[in-house]
Amino acid sequence: MIYREVGDFKTTYRADGQTFPIRFDRWRYYAVLLVAFAVVPFIINDYWLNAVLLPFLIYSIAAIGLNILTGYCGQVSLGTGGFMAVGAYSCYKLMTGFPDLNIMICVLVSGIITALVGMLFGLPSLRIKGFYLAVATLAAQFFLVWMFNKVAWFYNYSASGQINAPERTMFGYKITGAETSAPVTYLFCLVLVVILAIVARNLTRGHLGRSWMAIRDMDIAAEIIGVNPLKAKLTAFGISSFYIGVAGALLFAVYLGAVEVGEVFGIQKSFLVLFMIIIGGLGSIFGSFAGAAFMVLLPVLLKNVLVGTLGWPTDIATHLEFAIVGALIVMFLILEPHGLAQLWRIVKEKLRLWPFPH
Amino acid sequence: MTDAAFQESYTTPDGRKIGDVVMEMKNISLRFGGVTAIKDISFDIREGEVRAIIGPNGAGKSSMLNVINGFYHPQEGEVWFRGEKRGPMKPYQIARQGIARTFQNIALFKGMSTLDNIMTGRLIHMNTSIASQAFWKGPAEREEIENRERVEKIIDFLEIQTIRKTPVGSLPYGLQKRVELGRALASDPSLLLLDEPMAGMNVEEKEDMSRFILDVNDEFGTTIALIEHDMGVVMDISDRVVVMDYGAKIGDGTPDEVRQDEKVIAAYLGVSHD
Amino acid sequence: MSADFLFGVEVLLNGLMAGVMYSLVALGFVLIFKASGIFNYAQGVMALFAAQTLVGIQTGLIPFSHLINAMLGTKIHHFGWNVPTFIAILITIGIMVLFAIIVEKLILKHLVNQEPIILFMATIGLAYFLEGFGDLMWGAEIKKLDVGIPQGGNLWIEESTAFLGGDDFYGFYLDTLDIYATVIAVILVASLILFSQYTKTGRALRAVADDHQAALSVGISLRTIWVIVWSIAGFVALVAGVMWGAKSGVQFSLSLIALKALPVLMLGGFTSIPGAIIGGLIIGVGEKLFEFLIGAPFLGGATENWFAYMLALVFLIFRPQGLFGEKIIERV
Repeated sequence: MIYREVGDFKTTYRADGQTFPIRFDRWRYYAVLLVAFAVVPFIINDYWLNAVLLPFLIYSIAAIGLNILTGYCGQVSLGTGGFMAVGAYSCYKLMTGFPDLNIMICVLVSGIITALVGMLFGLPSLRIKGFYLAVATLAAQFFLVWMFNKVAWFYNYSASGQINAPERTMFGYKITGAETSAPVTYLFCLVLVVILAIVARNLTRGHLGRSWMAIRDMDIAAEIIGVNPLKAKLTAFGISSFYIGVAGALLFAVYLGAVEVGEVFGIQKSFLVLFMIIIGGLGSIFGSFAGAAFMVLLPVLLKNVLVGTLGWPTDIATHLEFAIVGALIVMFLILEPHGLAQLWRIVKEKLRLWPFPH
Repeated sequence: MTDAAFQESYTTPDGRKIGDVVMEMKNISLRFGGVTAIKDISFDIREGEVRAIIGPNGAGKSSMLNVINGFYHPQEGEVWFRGEKRGPMKPYQIARQGIARTFQNIALFKGMSTLDNIMTGRLIHMNTSIASQAFWKGPAEREEIENRERVEKIIDFLEIQTIRKTPVGSLPYGLQKRVELGRALASDPSLLLLDEPMAGMNVEEKEDMSRFILDVNDEFGTTIALIEHDMGVVMDISDRVVVMDYGAKIGDGTPDEVRQDEKVIAAYLGVSHD
Repeated sequence: MSADFLFGVEVLLNGLMAGVMYSLVALGFVLIFKASGIFNYAQGVMALFAAQTLVGIQTGLIPFSHLINAMLGTKIHHFGWNVPTFIAILITIGIMVLFAIIVEKLILKHLVNQEPIILFMATIGLAYFLEGFGDLMWGAEIKKLDVGIPQGGNLWIEESTAFLGGDDFYGFYLDTLDIYATVIAVILVASLILFSQYTKTGRALRAVADDHQAALSVGISLRTIWVIVWSIAGFVALVAGVMWGAKSGVQFSLSLIALKALPVLMLGGFTSIPGAIIGGLIIGVGEKLFEFLIGAPFLGGATENWFAYMLALVFLIFRPQGLFGEKIIERV
């Protein structure tokens, strides 16, 4: 009975346009933030951080990024892995080239560099549409991975061809390197996630977001009502790539610490992030989080149950994971193309009316 | 029935003032490969008038609208808008000059609500930077609210308050047509192009739509060019009519003049060739 | 003739043969795309699955043995017999047809009239599923596939062309398996063209490709056509899987031939059979020559990974419908 909008009248357009128009949603949102900032850091341990929380936070950023491009602007990209690699290698070059530069600035500048690369590869989207474009973005994927593999300058001519994150601190706390503590890296990523999610929400509710959705829903009509397709698509590619670049930088610098490009940023990564937004929900910020959580938790769960409890070999658990993920993707596309976010909306709709059926 | 009759601005019988020529099409020809869609057509549209383009199916009417709003580029001929010859322009640039349109097959943004669809019509008036939109509070929110107020006026005008937050895909056809008109109106156009605004409607819906069109013309002073098949409606609401057949212009004048034109009658009713 | 030039010719010949294989894989895509408007990303994994199945049946592997062992604690692996190659191929074809029927029943039927990009993403899901399923069924280890085609450099060609160059030239090095593969691919491509031009089913197939609604209205069953087309695609996948599997073993990388075929399709146009063939040849020759002339000497090699995509991308910017695709006229 608490979940009601009845009696919660909006008297201004400002109140009507807010992110959580229902009071209960607003309170729940504050509660989640409170727990994430004030409770989790005190109970977190290394296993939870590395197995679940860090990948969840980092992939959420990547998923929001791809959702901006694919879910909001309708341009499917299979180059996510390549763009994440741009973020990671930019971050590496910045960290090693300017040792005094703050790590937060390194990460954000990596995002900006990725945005520029993304816009470059977004240029063909003006001429090429639909899955022709999806296939064209594979060009970015393969070319970028090849480039980071072959051009030794990018990995500072290291013999292994790997890049390793040097130790960097912020406010005296170690963020990257070998001896980081769980609450610090967690909070570092959490701050970025929260800010970037709010920015994404703001961008998608304003006129920029509407011009993206107009292009997505009917590009010809959008152009005729005055949307500049070049500008709309390139901003979507740029901002999306910024998010993906930041995620790549974090994945390398904060989470993995060492990266070999083909292994970490291959085409599988592109699919992983694409699956997150399909399962979570295209065109939904919440869905990006839900999808990232799902795709991060599923392997952990399968591994714990099948390998940990039942004692099966790991490779069988991996194969089963592939089969399950694939089947889920098909199922979601058939049954609920708007993903977990839509299922959540349906539950909320039911809750609003509960205990009445209609 | 020559254009000479309309050299000066004039006042219609019901007292509306018709001004100067805003748009002039000069000897337009449009071809797709070997198919000629429009053959050497010239006509003009005057400030404040309701100009109809009629003709049988496949006469090239929609192509004509597509030329006016720059979606098609004619191989020959010139388009003059407000005394200036139009150079090579993209459709979105033409929209920013104040030309809006609706479509024969509804072209709403299916994934968005009625409100958001009409708000897209305001896009050409919204230009806060990406940075200020990212922070929202301040200029972006102010701009959003100002434009929302304008959109709410249009929602009131079209009497669609109750479907404000409904996704347009789930609306009935007649309402979708109305939302599309709302989206076109939201850009505050000086010239509004309507492609069969009443196709597939019943009598009441047609009456509603006619009323909206006339009100738009009257209250906002918007010049209107429309394509319509219902002759009753066309004759009732338009000031002047262009008649097309097989891509060529076969008549141009007031509804009464056009109605009595032999070539027009032949095109519509068929004529025996001796 | 100089040795460099002759090496260039050898590269060209190898490129042509690789190109024929690309064409073959691309043809599987074109068939499905024309008949159902689906861009089937799973084509590569289908090739892997078909090859896995063939080896599994040939060598008498017990399906899902790893899974059964893990669940029941048993230690089963082989039935202990070997099935003759020809019969194993027949059974594999049967399984691919069954696969086509299941795909139609469980997926295609429910996704009619969806946007192409949704269908595309669904086939990515299908590819993932089939990859996991195939590995569960047959195990993921690299398997040797032997269907009786000889392998290694072809001595006859080498000896008979040695006279072209000087003392340091020993004749063109061409793999016998590649030559067989090329011949089989050419036969298959030709018979598919004949099939679609001159048989009743082929005509129905082309009718569906042209216009779903019109085909339905003259009494062609869309769903039967889909099963047929996916079966043919399964057969093409089997041939491609056998050829590539015999060459480098049946393993995960085999599924990546789908990624090779994509730029071929972009270049040739998704709807054109001649486009798939010529696109395949251009890319096969192009990537080998590029690697030989520019990639290996100047760029550090391994440019085959991306060359085809970049070529297709640049090409598409100037001609979005591909070499042979129909020109797109936008309407409102």
